Amino acid sequence: MRPLAPISNGSRIVLGILFFILFVAAWAFATFGGYVSKTFLADPVTMLEDGWLLLTKHGFLGDIGITVWRVVGGFMIAALVAVPLGILMGAYKPIEAFLEPFVSFARYLPASAFIPLLILWAGIGELQKLLVIFIGSVFQIILMVAVTVSAVRRDLVEAALTLGAKDSGILARVLIPSSAPDIAEILRLVLGWAWTYVIVAELIGSSSGIGHMIIDSQALLATGQIIFGIIVIGIIGLISDYLFKAVNRHLFPWSLS
Amino acid sequence: MSKLLVENVSRVFPPVRGGAPTRALEPTNISIGDNDFVTILGPSGCGKSTLLRLVAGLDTPTTGQILLDRKPVKNPGPDRGMVFQSYTLFPWLTIAENVAFGLREKGVSLRERTDVVRQWLDRVGLTNFAHHYPKQLSGGMQQRTAIARALANDPAILLLDEPFGALDNQTRALMQELLLGIWERERKTVLFVTHDIEEAIFLASRVVVMTARPGRIKADIPIDLGYPRHYTVKTSPEFSAIKARLTEEIRVEAVLAAGGV
Repeated sequence: MRPLAPISNGSRIVLGILFFILFVAAWAFATFGGYVSKTFLADPVTMLEDGWLLLTKHGFLGDIGITVWRVVGGFMIAALVAVPLGILMGAYKPIEAFLEPFVSFARYLPASAFIPLLILWAGIGELQKLLVIFIGSVFQIILMVAVTVSAVRRDLVEAALTLGAKDSGILARVLIPSSAPDIAEILRLVLGWAWTYVIVAELIGSSSGIGHMIIDSQALLATGQIIFGIIVIGIIGLISDYLFKAVNRHLFPWSLS
Repeated sequence: MSKLLVENVSRVFPPVRGGAPTRALEPTNISIGDNDFVTILGPSGCGKSTLLRLVAGLDTPTTGQILLDRKPVKNPGPDRGMVFQSYTLFPWLTIAENVAFGLREKGVSLRERTDVVRQWLDRVGLTNFAHHYPKQLSGGMQQRTAIARALANDPAILLLDEPFGALDNQTRALMQELLLGIWERERKTVLFVTHDIEEAIFLASRVVVMTARPGRIKADIPIDLGYPRHYTVKTSPEFSAIKARLTEEIRVEAVLAAGGV
């Protein structure tokens, strides 16, 4: 191994899978070997059996669907509000001066701490779940997009000015296209965070969703189901990440290294 | 009649953290005639790029005024095309779209745009790269595109800020010939900033020498080498004589700029 030396695609895949195998092996060793009590940690086979039961008997697919819908819904609303605001903040310094201090403050308000308040305001329906994700995502996206837009290369802006671009042209045909790949990357990142908010929202005052299943399983000490739920979240995250990357590659071929 | 008139233009940058203000450019006067090719030669940090940015309207003079076709320069505009030292092609646009950028901002129809772009890509020898992205091109090709992009806009004056500074010697020589060829055919007014003496002489009908910071004009030397100019002129005795003279002028300034040796 030399620093920064590249490796072949084949070995990359093999090494990546190898860690999963080692991880499961260590887990199996700890549980089948009797080193950890079944009450606290189910073994991999029990986990799969519980998962199968969840999917076939307890309608877990519906829970997965509702959770995905909440994440995507809340995240989309946040993105629709935050991306334009972030772009305006990045492009226009008075707007930045007006909004930046508040957004920086609001960013540190933990979305999960709003849950009791949101239940008071919006009940325990879908609106409350969407709001948790919205609050958790919107300020992050605004700030990160604003930073990206204000960091657009000055010489590109100057080149556009000497080519006759007016203010609206600079915004629409330099600032936005130049920062678009980074904005897509920010959305990918924040979507990952939105997944943690939705589970927290579903742990409290919910009657459906992956988080609801997990809190129900806790009451039954069904650690196999809990682990299965967590793994499902991980897999969905992996898939959405992959999809996001594929779409970005397709949309912004010019930004690839 | 002068195309570009720089009257008493100076630039003082405000102090940073309680230091002294930086006098980048002393009050300067230059008059540039229509179709002139003027190079501004000076050591690094002499304010020659500052002067060019002032003409482009990317910066505002502390005193004085700049007149282009007798109209004062206030903001950047398409009548002053600029080629930068850094690679400033828009990376998200193809080469053809980059060249079309200014025409699009002007609202020129797609058909006319396509025609002009085709002509300019042909003139800079990049027809086969029309649909490539900038990062797929070498530095020399990118700067050729930048020249085509500025000229496709049909500016009244072309400003170049050490456009070949980052290129290797061979590429740089070819780029100089290409630019000279375009100028001999188009007869644009050109203001070209460089610290390379040979480049300054080879291209120019006039070389303006600037002093070390704070920059001011030290000498204004007509280059009577005639056009069209072939690269072999670089080895002629006349060329060598001018080069010897400018080398002396610049050396004094470079020594000053380096803090005295």
